[in-house]
Amino acid sequence: MVGGVRGGGQPLPRGVWGDGSPQKKKRGVPKGGPGGWVPPGEKGRPPGPALSFRAFQCWLTVYRRIWRSSVWSSVLGPVFFLGAMGFGLGSLVDRHGTASLGGVSYLAFVAPAILASSVMNTAMGEASFPVFGSIKWNKIYIGAQASPLRPGDIFRGHLMFMTMRIAMNAAVVTVFMWAFGATRSAWVVLAWPAAVLTGLAFAAPIAAWAVTVTSENNFAYMFRFGMMPLMLFSGTFFPLSQLPGWLRPLAYATPLWHGVDLCRGLSLGRVDRPTALGHVAYLAVLAALGIWAGARTYRRRLYV
Amino acid sequence: MSEPEILVRARGLTKRFADFTAVDRIDFDLYRGEAFGFLGPNGAGKSSTMRMIGCVSPPTSGELVILGRDPVRAGSAIRARLGVVPQEDTLDVELTVRENLLVYGRYFGLPRRVIRERTDALLEFVQLSDRARDKVDPLSGGLKRRLTIARSLINEPEILILDEPTTGLDPQARHVVWDRLFRLKQRGVTLILTTHYMDEAEQLCDRLVVMDHGTFAAEGSPRELITRFCSPEVLELRFDPEVHELAADKLKDFPAERAEVLADRILLYVTDGDAALAAVRSSGLEPLTSLVRRGTLEDVFLRLTGRRLED
Repeated sequence: MVGGVRGGGQPLPRGVWGDGSPQKKKRGVPKGGPGGWVPPGEKGRPPGPALSFRAFQCWLTVYRRIWRSSVWSSVLGPVFFLGAMGFGLGSLVDRHGTASLGGVSYLAFVAPAILASSVMNTAMGEASFPVFGSIKWNKIYIGAQASPLRPGDIFRGHLMFMTMRIAMNAAVVTVFMWAFGATRSAWVVLAWPAAVLTGLAFAAPIAAWAVTVTSENNFAYMFRFGMMPLMLFSGTFFPLSQLPGWLRPLAYATPLWHGVDLCRGLSLGRVDRPTALGHVAYLAVLAALGIWAGARTYRRRLYV
Repeated sequence: MSEPEILVRARGLTKRFADFTAVDRIDFDLYRGEAFGFLGPNGAGKSSTMRMIGCVSPPTSGELVILGRDPVRAGSAIRARLGVVPQEDTLDVELTVRENLLVYGRYFGLPRRVIRERTDALLEFVQLSDRARDKVDPLSGGLKRRLTIARSLINEPEILILDEPTTGLDPQARHVVWDRLFRLKQRGVTLILTTHYMDEAEQLCDRLVVMDHGTFAAEGSPRELITRFCSPEVLELRFDPEVHELAADKLKDFPAERAEVLADRILLYVTDGDAALAAVRSSGLEPLTSLVRRGTLEDVFLRLTGRRLED
């Protein structure tokens, strides 16, 4: 009756639906209520954070497969940068006096900026192609959507994973800064959470945008016209005082500058509390806006 | 017998995208334990309907109640009790067969031990036990489909939604999938499926609707539909392309219940196919090939919509 291939007559899964399957027990049992029926086992939805955590676990499973390849890029990248910029370029810069750098070596000046910009890179990488691919390529979101997870849970779960990746890379860079003698203060331990916040301030809004994108070409524009100028002109490799006056307000408005200045203050032990709190507030607002927007853009994209 | 329990109930269900109406005021009730099919060509509104039942697409208007709840407000709780086999596989090809089930089981909040046990049983069920540790990527289309079905069962769903479960599979792989779905139905799982294969609908569905342009053209069991909309027998005639049109003209006046002229064949809907063939021959027409067969859902569809299913 069903085709010719009987496939050897595997037993029906025992344990799946148990022995007395709920279907059998409930079939034909009329329930009360309007329309003569009320579905059995009425259970509520688990709390949102629990659902987000389930989505996060999916990313962990995927990451267990690919972590080896990602470790090399996250370790070698910052080492190359610290070596080339801090020692290579630094030896030239330091010869001409470091007054404009605040009297510290170029290595100490540039290291926290490398920390901040490398978390930005991680954030942009994790929040762009993987988000897009989860709809178009491996369809992780589409699969997750058919479960109790809501679009907002899928978004926040993925964002948790991005934050984990950002935190891992920030930890690696911070350790290398310390190992290279590029830190000047024990406050540098706080540069790590500061960097994570900086990364989140990029990842959340970018993911919220990336899910709406219809072609991956958009990401090329982001890297070319977003990442590159930010990395070069946010007080990273040279102090903002070197920029023409009219450009400076623009630089002060960029999120990366806030991250760089915050990390630098902590690494050098020159924290001006109101300034630092301002940076934190700026980055936190940006992250919060991204988290708020992402739940909406994900819903619009996934629930069509 | 007590009243069968209604699991899905739709009244005036409508889905519009901008200025296009994909689903246009459809009504249906789905009972526990049955296999219900949506038969129709591409673009008929089948997938849009499936997405609404799957609680991932809010209806534009009308009423939809699934497992007694509103899919817009209780989507998450409803989805916890559904299984979905989407039209395109959404397996993670980087992961192993087992890991795909693990990830999915975690979405449903199942403990790892339970997932492990169910994975063993389900892989056995879809005959994939020996591939449990393999990556998904190199698996054939048929094996991937079976894995998708196993994955959709990890939460022991009450309703299994299948959107074109065998599209793109070779005949043997299709038969294996049908066999497994049939066993699930025997087990009491309620199946909702879409298809544009009439043989699939005939094999699996207790009840089906013929869908076209977002509405139902007809509704009933496969047998009922064939009896109602098709003659007992169908005579298929193929002529030399040179005389195809001429023959078509002549056969229009032939005493058949109905004649259908396709690009390559002419179908005569008759009570007695052999007698009709003899009559055709005696009228001076000599077909290149002829075939007498019973009416099928394909004929029903042709009759109702004027189009073929797989066009």
